[in-house]
Amino acid sequence: MAMLSFEQKYRVRGGTLIGGDLFDFWVGPFYVGFFGVTTAFFALLGTALIVWGAAIGPTWNLWRISIAPPDLSYGLGLAPLREGGLWQLITVCALGAFISWALRQWEIARKLGMGAHIPVAFGFAIFAYFSLVVIRPVLMGAWGQGFPYGIISHLDWVSNTGYQYLHFHYNPAHMIAVSFFFTNALALALHGSLVLSAANPGRGETVKGTEAENAYFRDTIGYSIGTLGIHRLGLFLAVSAAFWSAVCIIISGPFWTRGWPEWWTWWLNLPIWK
Amino acid sequence: MKFGLQIAAALVAVIAAAIIFGTFERPPVTTVQRGYRGTAMEQVYNPRLLSAAMAANIAPASLPQAPADGPKAGAVYKNVQVLKDVSVAQFTRLMVSMTTWVAPQQGCAYCHRTAEMASDALYTKVVARRMLQMVRHINADWTSHVAGVGVTCYTCHRGQPVPAVIWWNGDPQAATPGVAIPAVGKNHPSAAAGASSLPDDPFTPFLEQANDIRVEAVQALPGTDNHSIKQTDWTYALMIHFSEALGVNCTYCHNSRQFASWEQSTPQRVTAWYGIRMVRDLNTQYLDGLAGVFPPQRLGPLGDAPKLNCATCHRGAYKPLFGVAMAKEFPELTGAAHP
Repeated sequence: MAMLSFEQKYRVRGGTLIGGDLFDFWVGPFYVGFFGVTTAFFALLGTALIVWGAAIGPTWNLWRISIAPPDLSYGLGLAPLREGGLWQLITVCALGAFISWALRQWEIARKLGMGAHIPVAFGFAIFAYFSLVVIRPVLMGAWGQGFPYGIISHLDWVSNTGYQYLHFHYNPAHMIAVSFFFTNALALALHGSLVLSAANPGRGETVKGTEAENAYFRDTIGYSIGTLGIHRLGLFLAVSAAFWSAVCIIISGPFWTRGWPEWWTWWLNLPIWK
Repeated sequence: MKFGLQIAAALVAVIAAAIIFGTFERPPVTTVQRGYRGTAMEQVYNPRLLSAAMAANIAPASLPQAPADGPKAGAVYKNVQVLKDVSVAQFTRLMVSMTTWVAPQQGCAYCHRTAEMASDALYTKVVARRMLQMVRHINADWTSHVAGVGVTCYTCHRGQPVPAVIWWNGDPQAATPGVAIPAVGKNHPSAAAGASSLPDDPFTPFLEQANDIRVEAVQALPGTDNHSIKQTDWTYALMIHFSEALGVNCTYCHNSRQFASWEQSTPQRVTAWYGIRMVRDLNTQYLDGLAGVFPPQRLGPLGDAPKLNCATCHRGAYKPLFGVAMAKEFPELTGAAHP
């Protein structure tokens, strides 16, 4: 891959977390590093295990291939490969790959003298996955509570798991998470359109700067959050969406076993109006 | 100002802690897998709540069996219309059992004029006779739902003259409308539907009348299904009632990937299907007809007789009394309603 003339100066040696200089090099445009190697190892092994699972499964239809977790009867123990053990190995590979990727992000940020914001933000996505396949299964006492790895099958799992609590839209953390997802989309749309409208004007128009952007929002809603602030807000909204998604599934089962509408009876029973 | 903020923050923290620690349950929980692994077809139980439910659903000990020989009740007593062919000993055993099941505090006098036991002067005796016919009808003709477990008076009454869970036709006018909410029978916390905002009375249309419960499209294409969101709400309310009544979740009967599909449903859905027909039959053929017998204080706001739903018998258990087959010990409770 062609490299831009100024790119070389960003390739800073050192700053690795582990492995010293051993993997401190680039392949084409990609930084390798120790965690690049572990990412590749886990990702390739995990993918190969999924392909193997598909090969011993009933279908090659991409939509219907599914690697299911063990029966609940295995509890938190290991299951035979063909009866959920494969799911357990793939889960280890997935977590290995995701966490390696976050650490690789951190190493690159260290090399460039940047903050660790990106790996921290990505960490919330890993936390959401970790909640689904580790925290909640451990709290409920069986790896079989994890979701199956398949395009259709994981959607079926989500649907049935929701209906285990009769009406999932009454899950308070689900409400908060959905609100953050929508607000996140709204903020990104406002920010993207604002920057394009100011910084990418039509032919013959001058490029407008921060003053125009701030003025636009002050005129519209009386307040502009500012150029740094909008990115703080965006990061907060995005990681909050992931965080509350994780909370909403952790509490479903371990901390509430009945219909979610019923949880709200504490509100209906407040002494003020009971 | 700063002090005020600190007070506010402390208040928010106290409220948050009260919600977090005061409103949820806790591990460990019990799960029952009822489908292929990874399909999430499973029941989730809090063992603390489950043991409370089991303690609240204990069947009483039955009296020792009485001999079937000897003179028949119909020949010895006057005005015996249902249990004519039962021996006097069995008849007496059943009467004593019915008293402990239905009116343990009030005793025989709850239904009988003690001076003239054969008299139908008390409305409770007329209702009791009708209920006896209903129980015999259930045990004889609705084995598709009650199977070998069957029912006795105790299944619903649990030592109370009026079963704890009954219902009347909802009076939509009785609901308090809000600023944005007309009195349409929904959008208030629904006792029938697990405190959700779904309809208050899903029973009248489905468990008395025989309206169509199935609202789910069976094809993905638009134009193939004309059911409205409002109709769906009514069905959803009924289904939440089923779940709460049996202490199970939706996946006890349905695979939610296609609710309508019998192939993907569990066998329990068949039992429930018969249960819906059974409840309709009992409400229309036995309970509605008692509206003229009951005194006004037993009737609903629209003047209808009290009726039954799933929770009347099930009381939070997947099988009433967790499957104790009390009816087996009372063979006289199975038979034709009008022998």
